[in-house]
Amino acid sequence: MSVFLIRRLFGAIVVMWAVATLVFFMLRIVPGDPIAAMLADAGGPDEIAAMRAKLGLDQSMLVQYFKWFALMLEGDLGTSLYGSHQPVTQIILEALPRTLSLALIAFVIAVAIAVPAGIISATRRNTATDTAVSFAAFLGLSMPDFWLAILLIIVFAANLQWLPAIGYVPLSEGFWPWLKHLILPAIAVGTAFSAIIARMIRSALLEVLKADYMRTAAAKGLTGRKMMLGHALPNAMIPVITVIGIAFALLISGAVVVENVFAIKGLGRVLIEGILNRDYPVVQGAVLIVSAFFVLSNLLVDLLYGVIDPRIRYS
Amino acid sequence: MTLLRVENLAIDLVRDGHRHRLVHDASFSVERGETLAVVGESGSGKSLSALAVIGLISEGLEVAGGTIHFDGRDLSALDAEEMRGLRGSDIAMIFQEPMTSLNPVRSIGAQLTEGMRLKLGLSRREARERAVGLLTEVGISDPEARLLQYPHQISGGMRQRVMIAIALACQPKLILADEPTTALDVTIQGQILELIARLCKEHGVGLVLITHNLGIVARYSQNVCVMYGGRVVETAPAAELYVHPLHPYTRGLLASVPRLSQARGTGLVPIEGAPPDPMEVIPGCRFHPRCPMATEECSAKVPVARHAGAHMVACWNAELAEPEMA
Repeated sequence: MSVFLIRRLFGAIVVMWAVATLVFFMLRIVPGDPIAAMLADAGGPDEIAAMRAKLGLDQSMLVQYFKWFALMLEGDLGTSLYGSHQPVTQIILEALPRTLSLALIAFVIAVAIAVPAGIISATRRNTATDTAVSFAAFLGLSMPDFWLAILLIIVFAANLQWLPAIGYVPLSEGFWPWLKHLILPAIAVGTAFSAIIARMIRSALLEVLKADYMRTAAAKGLTGRKMMLGHALPNAMIPVITVIGIAFALLISGAVVVENVFAIKGLGRVLIEGILNRDYPVVQGAVLIVSAFFVLSNLLVDLLYGVIDPRIRYS
Repeated sequence: MTLLRVENLAIDLVRDGHRHRLVHDASFSVERGETLAVVGESGSGKSLSALAVIGLISEGLEVAGGTIHFDGRDLSALDAEEMRGLRGSDIAMIFQEPMTSLNPVRSIGAQLTEGMRLKLGLSRREARERAVGLLTEVGISDPEARLLQYPHQISGGMRQRVMIAIALACQPKLILADEPTTALDVTIQGQILELIARLCKEHGVGLVLITHNLGIVARYSQNVCVMYGGRVVETAPAAELYVHPLHPYTRGLLASVPRLSQARGTGLVPIEGAPPDPMEVIPGCRFHPRCPMATEECSAKVPVARHAGAHMVACWNAELAEPEMA
């Protein structure tokens, strides 16, 4: 088990290094330049050269890379090229709780809807209920999240005035203020996610319900509920948690547009602004953090397999 | 009172509004503490009939006629919930595939105790104690440790022993064993059959032993019911059937079983042809295309089951059959 963990963690570090390196060079290869973005048409050639030297962008790409890499190993992700030249770690640490909060609430809402929906759909296969759930799932899947976000704001914030339309309040200022700012964006982000999981659970359950051990469970005279929760669901969850793991990682980076609509300055927004401004250190840092979450959630999924399925043992 | 009496059971496959009969007019009965062997090739309807008794025939199949009386109750009059109440506690079943019949993600203990806790109302500890006793009874060593293990950690024979323990867990009156040894190594088939038969006898449980191997049932059953193509063709006490098989199919089956007493050089006699596809419509007796004694009557009219000594036989020419087996 510990050998497995060490091996996986080592693999995770390699993946993150590869991602960071790739992003570093890609940012510099694609057209566009932070100096041009900063000075626009205002600066002459001398000013541009001076700025370039100041930011260290006049050095060769490899030299820049090794400098950046050496600092990163010390935990220093550099400073933003803009404004008050805030350290990148600080920018990320500010944005991360917002994104994580949003992802967490979206995840909870999505799973809370998807699991019962998937179960109902599978047990009442080919009935009107199944069709209704499937229809809802496809609707949720095909609705653009920003459109759903605007719709939610119009209905629940503007008209009914149940929930705030924009902003973010940290958890330290109270659970309910924190939660009520996150409900609408979480629904907007989580709907498609929920639809995917519900479909996955349905198909996994349909497969499992045909299994011999389900007939054994029926022969014991178990109730439908015990058969579903005690026998079918644990088996059906094995393929489903793979998708849940990937989807959770996507929530970390994927809520860009929704964060914008609800004016939550999370990681997605940091990333987008960084890319638009060619703010190299910010983009590099944000991508590094996002890739860390991908790698970690994958690792978590692998460990969960072992918990759910006793046949899987890590050595 | 007869424990289980199935009369004129008919099971249909219903697909797109079309009906196709898979089991015709099947009748058999089991007394308390007694064993009935139901013998037939695959597709003969033997497993289907058993599943109908316990109320677990799959979607698309339907009991289309006949009655099933169990312990004085008419099962066809029970609703789904009453039928569920009966399963496990009154009627239990052992399946063919021990490798896939246990849930891979739940421990042996959990699968063995859940029925007892639900049906016998035992506490966690009482159920565990009973589980240890049951595992010991089915010949599993170190039962306490086994309870914590998962199906993939034990052998096929051991899993079937666990299935037997599960079947016995709630003190049923009847156990349906559907080819319980077919998937096992030949060397342990005898042990498992012996175990099922002995435990059922000790606990006074009626047993329906479904098998395709007429040779193995002789020792374990009082009565034998031979099925062919969805029909019961012959029913008789086991001892009688082995000596005087009346139906040509039964005789064919017996002639194809190897015996030690057989003279050297006299080979086994196979039954010509293959068992019919359950979807095929055959007029008259379903065995007539393969029957050495078939007459015109056989292809025209379905033979009616009638008494012939201790036998019930469904064959127009059963009397012509001179018992040759000794």
